[in-house]
Amino acid sequence: MMDASVKMDAPFEHSLLDESPMPTIGREIARIDGPRKVSGAARYAAEHFPEEVLHGVLLRAPVGCGRISLVDATAALAMPGVLAVIRDERMIRNAGDFGGDAAPVQGVEEVAYFGQPIGLVVADSLERARAASLCVRVSFESQPGVFDMMAARDSALPPTDDIFGLFLIHTEQGDVERAAGEAQALVDTVWETPSQNHAAMEPHASVAIWKEGRLTLHGSYQSPVVTRDQLATVMGLPPSQIRVLSPFVGGGFGGKLGVMPEAVAAAIAAQQLGRPVKVVMTRQQVFETTGRRPMTRQRIRLGANSDGRLTLVQHETITDQLEGEVFFEPAGLATHLLYAGENRVVDHKVVRTNKQLAVSMRAPGEAVGLLTLECAMDELAEALSLDPIELRLRNEPKSHPEMDMPFSSRALVDCLRQGAARFGWERRNTSPGQMRDGDWLVGHGVAAAARGNLFGPSRVRATIQGDGRVVVETEMTDIGTGTYTILAQIAADLLGVPLKQVEVRLGDTDDPRSAGSGGSWGATTSGSALYAACAELRARLAAAAGACVDAVTLTDGILTAPGISRPITELVGNGLSVEGATEPGESNRRFNQTSYGAHFCEVRVNAVTGEVRVSRWTSVFAAGRILNLQTAISQAIGGVVFGIGGALTEELVHDPRTGKIVNRDLGEYHVPAHADIPAIDIQFLEERDLVANPLHAKGVGELGVCGAGAAIANAVYNATGVRVRQFPITLDKLLPGLPAIAE
Amino acid sequence: MIAFDYIRPADETAALQAATERPGARFIAGGTNLLDLMKLGIERPRHLVDIGALDLREVTETPGGGLRIGALVTNAALAAHPLVRQRYPVLSQAILAGASGQLRNKATTAGNLLQRTRCYFFYDPASPCNKREPGAGCSAIGGFNRIMAILGTSAHCIASHPSDMAVAMRVLDARVETRLPDGQTGSHTLEALYRLPGETPHVDHRLAPGELITAVVLPPPPARQQSYRKVRDRASYAFALVSVAAVVSVEEERITEAALAFGGVGPMPWRNREAEALLVGQAPSAALFERCADVVLAEANGHGGNDFKVPLLRRTLVSCLTKLTGAEP
Amino acid sequence: MSWIEADSGAAVTLSVNGTRHDLKLDARVTLLDALREHLQLTGTKKGCDHGQCGACTVLVDGRRINSCLSLAVMHQADEITTIEGLGTAHKLHPLQAAFVAKDGFQCGYCTSGQICSAIGMLGEWRKGWPSHLGDHAGAASAIDAAEIRERMSGNLCRCAAYPRIVEAIEHYAIHEGADT
Repeated sequence: MMDASVKMDAPFEHSLLDESPMPTIGREIARIDGPRKVSGAARYAAEHFPEEVLHGVLLRAPVGCGRISLVDATAALAMPGVLAVIRDERMIRNAGDFGGDAAPVQGVEEVAYFGQPIGLVVADSLERARAASLCVRVSFESQPGVFDMMAARDSALPPTDDIFGLFLIHTEQGDVERAAGEAQALVDTVWETPSQNHAAMEPHASVAIWKEGRLTLHGSYQSPVVTRDQLATVMGLPPSQIRVLSPFVGGGFGGKLGVMPEAVAAAIAAQQLGRPVKVVMTRQQVFETTGRRPMTRQRIRLGANSDGRLTLVQHETITDQLEGEVFFEPAGLATHLLYAGENRVVDHKVVRTNKQLAVSMRAPGEAVGLLTLECAMDELAEALSLDPIELRLRNEPKSHPEMDMPFSSRALVDCLRQGAARFGWERRNTSPGQMRDGDWLVGHGVAAAARGNLFGPSRVRATIQGDGRVVVETEMTDIGTGTYTILAQIAADLLGVPLKQVEVRLGDTDDPRSAGSGGSWGATTSGSALYAACAELRARLAAAAGACVDAVTLTDGILTAPGISRPITELVGNGLSVEGATEPGESNRRFNQTSYGAHFCEVRVNAVTGEVRVSRWTSVFAAGRILNLQTAISQAIGGVVFGIGGALTEELVHDPRTGKIVNRDLGEYHVPAHADIPAIDIQFLEERDLVANPLHAKGVGELGVCGAGAAIANAVYNATGVRVRQFPITLDKLLPGLPAIAE
Repeated sequence: MIAFDYIRPADETAALQAATERPGARFIAGGTNLLDLMKLGIERPRHLVDIGALDLREVTETPGGGLRIGALVTNAALAAHPLVRQRYPVLSQAILAGASGQLRNKATTAGNLLQRTRCYFFYDPASPCNKREPGAGCSAIGGFNRIMAILGTSAHCIASHPSDMAVAMRVLDARVETRLPDGQTGSHTLEALYRLPGETPHVDHRLAPGELITAVVLPPPPARQQSYRKVRDRASYAFALVSVAAVVSVEEERITEAALAFGGVGPMPWRNREAEALLVGQAPSAALFERCADVVLAEANGHGGNDFKVPLLRRTLVSCLTKLTGAEP
Repeated sequence: MSWIEADSGAAVTLSVNGTRHDLKLDARVTLLDALREHLQLTGTKKGCDHGQCGACTVLVDGRRINSCLSLAVMHQADEITTIEGLGTAHKLHPLQAAFVAKDGFQCGYCTSGQICSAIGMLGEWRKGWPSHLGDHAGAASAIDAAEIRERMSGNLCRCAAYPRIVEAIEHYAIHEGADT
């Protein structure tokens, strides 16, 4: 039962985090799960070995659109150790996505995209299952499909669902055509961003165990409870009959939100065969059958008057998705609010294609939307002969430019100014293509970052045990974000116990339901629920000690108040356990809540070959209170590097003839490697967002990627004078504009 | 991975005998390419002869002043060998430009030469591919073909050879020494070892069934300027889009000798003797290098997505020659 | 010397972290799957199974390799060291400790591979092995960040802890790595 709740109906004026006598919050605290991770002791999904476990390998559709007419498993079933080739209509065709307990599209006959799962081969060893999967013969009837979004873009229609009101499909105000006609400077450009894969290092994996009618699933999931609920619907079971465990998740980035095909297949196979079943996706299957960030075509039109004030902001996005699926890439998300300007249109349309499911990937919307908007701003600055920072400063809005609402906190201007100083922006190259160091052209770029701060319901149980140790339990996950550590810090600070006295247990659907990891809200939602729980524990400790809670100080396991000093172990009996909760409220409707930042980078472009190397980087962010400076910086670096990959190397290529993903491995889908990444300088500004939550913190995990790629693209332009509008900026696109070799 | 029989013979004779005993047997050395392909069902050998225990790990000087490299010398050991670094720096550089530290520790000299293409469609059993399944068709022609070849292709296959090391071996006029199942020895230049795709792209090389590469022999080192320049999408750990191995001598302001080989552009490490001959006797100049590139690229054909390799190879070649000869750019 | 027949359980002996293990394995079992599935030494990770990510890196006779691209049966004469053989959560190897201190990881899935790779890589540096960046390695000179980046590029990290991994390795190489 829930004992204490925080609903964000009004600014939270006083946070107990500011009253901790020996705060860990805000400091650089090493991850408490670190020793387990660096020693190989942390157990991930596939690393469970129930007795008699079987191994399953998914089968794939070898056609992009059509239906499976025959699956001939005779040869496979005759192989030693092969137990079954399972094709069950409950198996899912599409991966699950965020939110809700609805089943993803099911079935193994109709084929909507190349590579979709159409069955599972089960054997008594991985080697035997894999070999048998190579010996299953699949026949199909091919049907015409839509595989090329660009070719089919005239068929684009508005999306059917605004995703809980979070993704605005179409907004407009003023008269954009008139503004375009009257603008003193106009930039009207079309951009393309490719599909991308999350490429978390841990492939999706599930181990399904049925015991006494209850299914336990060890899985690699960002939101175990969403996975559980979707799996329950798929299997026709009450959710209580399923337990999903994800205490360690080897990266997610949006690719492990809903239930995935391997979990359903494992659950069905284990049910049918009466033995536990392990299904681990191959890397190729991760590329083909989980989800992708969809490609976009974006038109951006910006107009300004002669003093550099925006009069027109227009951002129209076409993206692609499977028929019947609601998610779309909301590339205009940040465009609504980043800059002032009277006349505005932000629009999204979707082409229905026969390509793998499009899902959220780290900063859906901003990641590709700011990539283009912030490049267009660079072009506008040049058209106006203005410093790109100055252009942004002149268009800083006082309140939300499209809605009558204030910003809860907004430090974009400070981020730009402090970043410029830190980076040495005044010493940048100001003439595109004119700074050269041997074979290398050198350029500098800047871009703004913004990412909406979301909030959702979350629950946490906090217990002070009889021995004074604290246990925090929630279904929330740590996908590398630092949840274990920041929850321990919050409990330690609010309950006055040393950090190492706190144990955090995550990723178990039998524990209180959280908001999960996604949308940069994991820390603030679970942290706020824990805050509520700890505040309640403080009140109960105070009551037990006969003190007024407002006069109580908790430190080193001792409660002190005027005339009182008691070890908390004396106050908790056999243990004191409360459940805290949090939920969004009026503040989430009345204020725009967004984290901000600014990126600065130097790139070197080989004048002979067009190879691009990022050589220097500074980002400055403001995201409310930083809970753990060490993990927050790591998150920021990770985001920036996602941006580098998106700008320069990452492109999930679909064969326009079949929709098939051509480069379905890590050898040819190029996530950045060590050698691609220089030292990354990150600074967080001191900020408190009283509106956001009791922690006064905003989201960090996705902020780094927002705008990072644009800083690179702008730097590449600055280095070469070549503006590439089709991402990624690979060397072939720069070659035609490079200086003659003899220069 | 389809099930296979496995044996690990102790010496060459036993290995050759094992391969004869079970027809269709394949030798496996480092395994970094073969196992990769076997997991995907692209290679399906029924018998594997593991040659890892054979005594083929020595690098020795030949009487003629060259180097004999045992077939099982790892890429890492070869790149780090003092004589290679000193006398054949282009080889050391090429190896170090390829793969990763881990792969170079496992991959062998002979295995590297025999690695198969990285063509996306070859690597996917669900895509038609003449190299994998003769007569099935080529998905790269008319498809996404950014990494494919521009020289030496056919209407049946446009796959490129992925090796960096082999490009340097080719520029150095390396030969492979082999032993045949009957105990006879063989010797092939790389030019003779590799095949162009023609109408039979599924056959990569001219080794006979059961023929085992025992060594790679380098002629005496060219006492010249050597360099290997690789252009790729990542700064490291990516296959070449194009690469240039160049060995050039300049005496009294004239080019006296020149050898050039190219990676990422052909079905085999590519060489063009005519282009090399054009350089000899001439004073280094940008115009000369452009003419050299004209000859190299005379027959080059892009396939849409890889058209850029034509100007990229030209620019990389001209730049490399300019640097090696000390010519004014 | 005789053939191991296809799809039969062969007696395979592996020496891992100083302990000898007698196993019955299908010849198809990779070194990686032998470690993970048969010895339940799951610190070594499977990220791609094709030598394209480095998560499965282990040390074989001190040399780093991708354990996914090698058969277990090929390693019966070798001494294999995995992350579990370097240190434990309660007694970390100094490089493991440096990764914790510098936050050289996030999700932790590539981490074992990064650490094993770094140990192997520093051994290569001390032996004077050159890299793509040039020919100046050796016991006498300290490794720098650029060399670490190039030599560690076979280990992908999607969380992109790269700069901090480099810091951790540099810190270890300077302070503790003299004779490990």
